Amino acid sequence: MPNWSTLRDDFPALHQQVNGKPLVYLDNAATTQRPRAVIDALSHFYERDNANVHRGLHALSMRATDAYEGARARVAQFLNAAASEEIIFTRGTTESINLVAASWGSAHLKAGDVILLTEMEHHSNLVPWQLIAQRTGAKLRYLPVTGDEGLLDLAQLDRVLTPEVKVFAFTHISNSLGTINPVAELCARAKKIGAITVIDGAQSIGHLPVDVRALGCDFYAFSGHKMGAVTGIGALYGRRALLDAMPPYQGGGGMISSVDFFESRWKPSPERFEAGTPNFGDAVTLTAACDYLDALGRDRIARHDSELGRLAYEKLSVLPGIRLLGPKTGPRGGLVSFAFADVHAHDIVTFADEDGIALRGGHHCNQPLMRKLGLTGTTRASFYVYNTPEEIDVLVASLRRILKFFSGS
Amino acid sequence: MSDLTDLYQQVILDHNRRPRNRGKLPSANRVAHGDNPTCGDQCDVYLRVDGDRIAEISFDGSGCAISQASASLMTTRLKGKTAAEAEKLYAEFHDIVTTGKEPEEISDVGAFAGVHAFPARIKCATLGWHAALNALKGDPAPATTESHTD
Ligand SMILES: Cc1ncc(COP(=O)(O)O)c(C=O)c1O
Repeated sequence: MPNWSTLRDDFPALHQQVNGKPLVYLDNAATTQRPRAVIDALSHFYERDNANVHRGLHALSMRATDAYEGARARVAQFLNAAASEEIIFTRGTTESINLVAASWGSAHLKAGDVILLTEMEHHSNLVPWQLIAQRTGAKLRYLPVTGDEGLLDLAQLDRVLTPEVKVFAFTHISNSLGTINPVAELCARAKKIGAITVIDGAQSIGHLPVDVRALGCDFYAFSGHKMGAVTGIGALYGRRALLDAMPPYQGGGGMISSVDFFESRWKPSPERFEAGTPNFGDAVTLTAACDYLDALGRDRIARHDSELGRLAYEKLSVLPGIRLLGPKTGPRGGLVSFAFADVHAHDIVTFADEDGIALRGGHHCNQPLMRKLGLTGTTRASFYVYNTPEEIDVLVASLRRILKFFSGS
Repeated sequence: MSDLTDLYQQVILDHNRRPRNRGKLPSANRVAHGDNPTCGDQCDVYLRVDGDRIAEISFDGSGCAISQASASLMTTRLKGKTAAEAEKLYAEFHDIVTTGKEPEEISDVGAFAGVHAFPARIKCATLGWHAALNALKGDPAPATTESHTD
């Protein structure tokens, strides 16, 4: 059973030196480390249960199918979906959003329709919509961000959320600002005008309790590797009624009920959207990750991460010349993003690495937002369950050293 | 990892802090844009070519200290040179940043020898040069470090 006081012991990768210093891993928004339970689940599966799913009648195939469908049920429970059939396994957030945009979009969007996004979207909740807009003639529209404070400008919502809007897609937590958006409110507002909602849950899945029915969303996309599971697996939650009316995303084995030379009939969700051999080996790690996070308690994880985000914001704010992004007060996710006029993010990341600190520098796949804010990029420190206030002190000391070096004093 | 002071030499810090020939060149008759999509670095190079020589040169852009200092130093190296001389200077610079060998004559470009130990940063160091050579060729396509094998 994981437990908060010994939790760092559960993550093998944390216990190493980098450039002669203890690793301080602050790049969790890019990908988290995996707990031993996840690594063990993966090797256990390949050492005992590995066989293709849904096809075989032999023991291993049945065990593999149980593990795969068990993961689906576990994810459904983790999100409080109404049924397992509402969970489609994908490669992650990006593929989940592409699936909705391509499948739902091709069936429902036409010229004159509007796709509403926000200015803080990650490229993966932006480019798929650009692609379907080009194919259907629908137009893109954006809910603005207020500036460095990084809040959605809700005063503009009535202006942009007009009856032409057929889909409203937005992120739950911004990966470059740390903003936690009022997603339940956004879903309720969209529903009033009959638009469907898509939540990019990449940054919320591992950090907050997520209840898709309480949020009232139609779709929720996430990646396993941002919640302690492995790379290559994630999921799309979709409301059953919508999924059943959507055309397949890809064609292949496993998704058909019958195939003829000239046409085929599709299975219902989730099989309809999972053509080919699915990634069952990695899916089993979602079960282990969900169990791990629930044992820690997702309310407590949310508090822990948010407190570290807040503490880092406060401690960094005293550094000379720092420009901090994201909410100054109110809810904040476990990350902080900042810039200096005279020291570029990539130089900071290179120097921090010398102190054993893993940071991320650049546009964080938020190029349009960075351009709007007049930035070419930021440096980001992002936290997870195993990070500590002491690590923030190590970060601040390292940044002081870097600033001193570049100012030449 | 090599010591970072090998990478961030005084010459580089100085050019980064006080870039030479920075800003648009109103009299330019050749311009090229360079970008490094992986890290978002950008560099515009402006030339006034007179006969076969670079009479004036400037750069503008944003990026890490290595890319900015390299572009700044590049402008001081290329001013007054012909296209053939510029190609030769680039070949020398490329050698320095990829192999770490010192320049034949003592020169500030030797400060970039430390880059070779940080392969991810070679693209930063060559960005301004690529843009300058494209501008010289009158190549309207933006220089992008992605299409170069270094
Ligand atoms: C907000 C947000 N959306 C989408 C993604 C894309 O996730 P993935 O690359 O796992 O598909 C990320 C991760 O980088 C993200 O932070």
